[in-house]
Amino acid sequence: MNNATFVTIFYIFAAITVFSAAFVVFSKNVIYSAFALLFTFFGAAALYVFLSADFIAVTQIVVYVGGILVLLLFGVMFTNSIMQADLKTDVLHVVPGTLLLVVTVGGLLFTFYTTGTWKPSEVQLQGSVVERIGIETMSRFVLPFEMASILLLAALIGAAFLARYDNVHNNEH
Amino acid sequence: MELLTNIGLNHYLTISALLFGFGLFAVMTRKNAIVILMGVELILNAANINFLAFSKFNGGMEGVMFSLFVIVLAAAEAAVGLAIVINIYKIFRSVDVSAIDTMKE
Repeated sequence: MNNATFVTIFYIFAAITVFSAAFVVFSKNVIYSAFALLFTFFGAAALYVFLSADFIAVTQIVVYVGGILVLLLFGVMFTNSIMQADLKTDVLHVVPGTLLLVVTVGGLLFTFYTTGTWKPSEVQLQGSVVERIGIETMSRFVLPFEMASILLLAALIGAAFLARYDNVHNNEH
Repeated sequence: MELLTNIGLNHYLTISALLFGFGLFAVMTRKNAIVILMGVELILNAANINFLAFSKFNGGMEGVMFSLFVIVLAAAEAAVGLAIVINIYKIFRSVDVSAIDTMKE
């Protein structure tokens, strides 16, 4: 793959990611937001492949698209009546929000592009990182790995407990 | 032109800054709690892109590992967040965060 193709594909995926993220935020319809979020996640996964983190890209698709997005869609359908027209949501604090958006993005970009230059390492990540992720998980990062597993267990038990069907509560009404 | 065709760290940082800004905008301005959760996901994705970009150009594995943990935490956050939103909907019959102004039923 020569450089021109590489650059073109990068910009296509960057555009998909950024514009669908903008659509998520500025769309009035919650369902449209959820489906635009799908394209944002896929675009971000493609960018991860450009950053030679192929395992993270696959995890992104499996966890975000297969898990979190489905969960969000379930949430949308639980909490809104699809048949009604009031699926649209209002916005509040538009002027402060826009101001915050412009100031944050402008400040970050100004800092990135004006203060000096980044000095990349001589040895950059190349090729696949799957094997190295396995080795790092079982050596240096074994404590965060175990902590993450305990946290996931606690969070999922908590979520199932919070969202369970409450028989007593329903009988009262 | 050299800046545009030579994909470097700044390109990834630009994308991640834009995603972060959009996520912040969603969290700040939207009334629907689910869209606020979507904004949080956008912010986490922006952080992930930053982690992976710095890891790529640094050559170390720390960023890759931490982006993996960020994805794990995002899954936990989405599950608990949606459970809370569904409970709020059960009690208030609405997920409009500006209408929910009491801590008791």
